[in-house]
Amino acid sequence: MGKFQLITKGLIKENPTFVLLLGMCPTLATTTSAINGMSMGLATLFVLVLSNMAISLTAPYIPDKVRIPSYIVIIATFVTLLQFVMQAYVPDIYETLGLFIPLIVVNCIVLGRAEAFANKNGVLDSALDGLGIGLGFTCSLTVLGLVREILGSGSAFGFKFIEGDGILAFVLAPGAFLALGYLIVIFKKLTSKKAE
Amino acid sequence: MTVCLLAICLVCSGLLAGVYALTKGPIDAAAKAKNEAAIKEVLPETAVTIEEERTVEYNGGTYTYNLAYDEKGEVVGCAINVIPVGFGGPIIIKVGFDKNGIIWNTKVLSQAETPGLGAKCVEPAFSEQFKGWNPAEKKLSVKKDGGDVDAITASTITSRAYAEGLAVATNVLCAIAGTPMLLDSATGASPSPEDASAESSEVETSK
Repeated sequence: MGKFQLITKGLIKENPTFVLLLGMCPTLATTTSAINGMSMGLATLFVLVLSNMAISLTAPYIPDKVRIPSYIVIIATFVTLLQFVMQAYVPDIYETLGLFIPLIVVNCIVLGRAEAFANKNGVLDSALDGLGIGLGFTCSLTVLGLVREILGSGSAFGFKFIEGDGILAFVLAPGAFLALGYLIVIFKKLTSKKAE
Repeated sequence: MTVCLLAICLVCSGLLAGVYALTKGPIDAAAKAKNEAAIKEVLPETAVTIEEERTVEYNGGTYTYNLAYDEKGEVVGCAINVIPVGFGGPIIIKVGFDKNGIIWNTKVLSQAETPGLGAKCVEPAFSEQFKGWNPAEKKLSVKKDGGDVDAITASTITSRAYAEGLAVATNVLCAIAGTPMLLDSATGASPSPEDASAESSEVETSK
């Protein structure tokens, strides 16, 4: 598999949100607006790339029996680092995402990539894999957030284009499931056409 | 096996300690700058010197506040932090009073209300109504509960919490000034006054 494909497969063929259906908890919880979804995606991207690299480097030395706890510790370390750095230099974004950043630790995408890819592949490939999957996650979350924001609040990326409220349900939990479901349908339709 | 886990944990904690030490300064500075900007925002422009944070006991809870002085060294206002419990958790509000005990402005420092609904409490459309609010004349509870506060559409719980927070702040101001309580019931807007005030003071003390 070429280096370029490592990145693109995360966007379409192995899109974590629409195809693998991984990391549903942050997906549903943070996508109340496009900006929130995008920031969550970028934070996950950052952790994913770093943890993939660290795990591909250390995997040969970690005994099989303790690999999961080791990966969790490594991932948690990067998440906490990210939290410190964000709190110090981008306090505004940290404020919006604060609650969800610790959730990245238990995001199954990060652990999933560590198990499925990083511990069997080289550093560069693992970094690219993290980048691809992370970008896929970011794009999906942004799209989902955008759809929910447009329908629910009548705005896009914070810019209001309809006075008053939208369909409030879309900002709340039921709308998250509805929007996600329909987006998966559309995504399947588009990708299956391409395959034919 | 054990050695390996131990080594990983040691390296990770070392790394974290290092970054913590490095970022502690900027984090504190950012928090302080934010706090000072918020104080300036809720007090009259004549406030030039802001005193160090002080604490006051009220109704079993501890509240923090800052006094502000003008150029001549006279008190121009007081900014009080209150933490009422909204729909999505505690809402931290800074309430600024001028020297006559009238609300100058309010600002939400942190909230986790539902976006599109309760989160609108940060928007001017809601918070502007409290500018120049005299707690002695207008009742700090939502209209649904017989007060004078215009609630946010479909977010009565958030609006109640906000009004309740302001009512608590008014009484805290009385506690600071040493005058009798202005409002009979600080939590008049809440459906269960006892619980709400107990909760908010709990959050306050656990901070």
